[in-house]
Amino acid sequence: MGNIESSLLNIGYLETLSYQQTPLHRLDPRVKLLTTLIFIVAVVSFGKYEITGLVPFLIYPVVLIAVGNLPPGYLAKKILLAAPFAFFIGIFNPLLDRAVLVHLGPVGISGGWVSFASIMIRFTLTVSAAFILIAGTGLNAVCLALDKMGAPRIFVMQLLFLYRYIFVLTAEALRMVRARSLRAFDGRGLGFSSYSSLVGHLLLRTLERARRIHLAMLSRGFDGKIHLLRPLHLHGRDVVFFLGWSGLFVLLRLYNLSQWGGAWIMGLVQ
Amino acid sequence: MSHHIIELEDLHYAYPDGNQVLQGISFRITHGEKVALVGANGAGKSTLLLQFNGCLLPASGRVRIGEMPVTKKTLTHVRRTVGLVFQDPDDQLFMPLVFDDVAFGPLNLGLSPEEVERQVMQALAAVGAVHLKDRPPYHLSGGEKRAVAIAAVLSLAPAILVMDEPTSNLDPKTRRQLIELLKTFDHTLIVASHDLDMVLDLCPRTLVLKEGRIAADGPTGAIMQNEELLASCNLEKPLRLQGCPVCHPA
Repeated sequence: MGNIESSLLNIGYLETLSYQQTPLHRLDPRVKLLTTLIFIVAVVSFGKYEITGLVPFLIYPVVLIAVGNLPPGYLAKKILLAAPFAFFIGIFNPLLDRAVLVHLGPVGISGGWVSFASIMIRFTLTVSAAFILIAGTGLNAVCLALDKMGAPRIFVMQLLFLYRYIFVLTAEALRMVRARSLRAFDGRGLGFSSYSSLVGHLLLRTLERARRIHLAMLSRGFDGKIHLLRPLHLHGRDVVFFLGWSGLFVLLRLYNLSQWGGAWIMGLVQ
Repeated sequence: MSHHIIELEDLHYAYPDGNQVLQGISFRITHGEKVALVGANGAGKSTLLLQFNGCLLPASGRVRIGEMPVTKKTLTHVRRTVGLVFQDPDDQLFMPLVFDDVAFGPLNLGLSPEEVERQVMQALAAVGAVHLKDRPPYHLSGGEKRAVAIAAVLSLAPAILVMDEPTSNLDPKTRRQLIELLKTFDHTLIVASHDLDMVLDLCPRTLVLKEGRIAADGPTGAIMQNEELLASCNLEKPLRLQGCPVCHPA
């Protein structure tokens, strides 16, 4: 129960972060959305054993967190929360792919471990980029950007409604769960039968609320189309942000900066 | 011709499960009147409110708004004329930001962006909620939500304002502010409520609903003094009309 409540507050915190006024927050949401997409495509398009090429991409989340005044610790926790998904996708690679690929002195590292590490790095990069997008823009503005860029209106609206009512629904579920636990003594009454009835009731209440919302929409002239009135304007800084970062991503994708840097330092040493 | 009149003629309505909720209701509310709709839980108040703007259509009988009968064909006009404020603001505030929500109605009417902006700011100013315009509705307090829900309806410039339990869940000061605000409106106003003290303050006329019929229709002062009537309808004298427990202990 405490978990539901705290995760609710957590979502709320992500939203609060997006109210800040920093150079990152002032950018046009479309630009941030597109840049994030290009970043993700660039990161996932590397070969399965790539590690060195991925590392320089860390500059994007690091710079954005600094510019957008976002709390790195909080974002790291969020990423850790999602980490098990990537972990279980990659964890069987070391078992299946045992051919030794890299030698670190006397230790041979198999291809499986390398690809597992690569998966984890990619996961960290892409998920942090997504969180930064939300914390630096706000989901509502991201939806607006999706809409302006031609995503189907119905999906955008679904997402907006989901985001609007997830708070109402969770609060309602929370109250029901709390009411149940207050009358369940010694763990009796917390079993599956009361759970299924609780979920059923939640569904009925949700349907009833959906009906009332629909009535409220009809009462204000809803005719099947939702109109949004929020003009977006591209500024010079938006173009610079977009071109600068996507140029860098292409560069990092085509040339392995880590190897160049390493070779250069080795050259200096010799 | 006035849009500000609501007239019901022998209205009957039953829910699809066969529950007869409204059984022959007739009354006429004229321009600028402030009317309270009171009655027990389940007397049919909310169902009646939904008839006023065609959310529900009567099984028999007729609802007229101005000179226009409420039918499927006249819905657009009727909904522009009758603004309905729901009991739970969470049902009514569904757009991502307060501004979007208040703009929802005007945009559906196809007004120009400048006109929409003007209407929205005017409506928000009327309820004192301009500073909330860029906030998402779920971060608002109960009183703020209520104010915004009212603004969302005012932005349509309705001639008739219909409200379901406007003072429920408000703290006393917010409730008082809302009552003062509603007093300043020159709309025709219909309020369904259990808050009889608010009714006493706001509405010169009261309709008492009992088991789907009109039990009484008259000046609020007289109805609120009629203890027999009130008791038979699960109501009670407004607290303000009852003796002071300190000066006159029972």
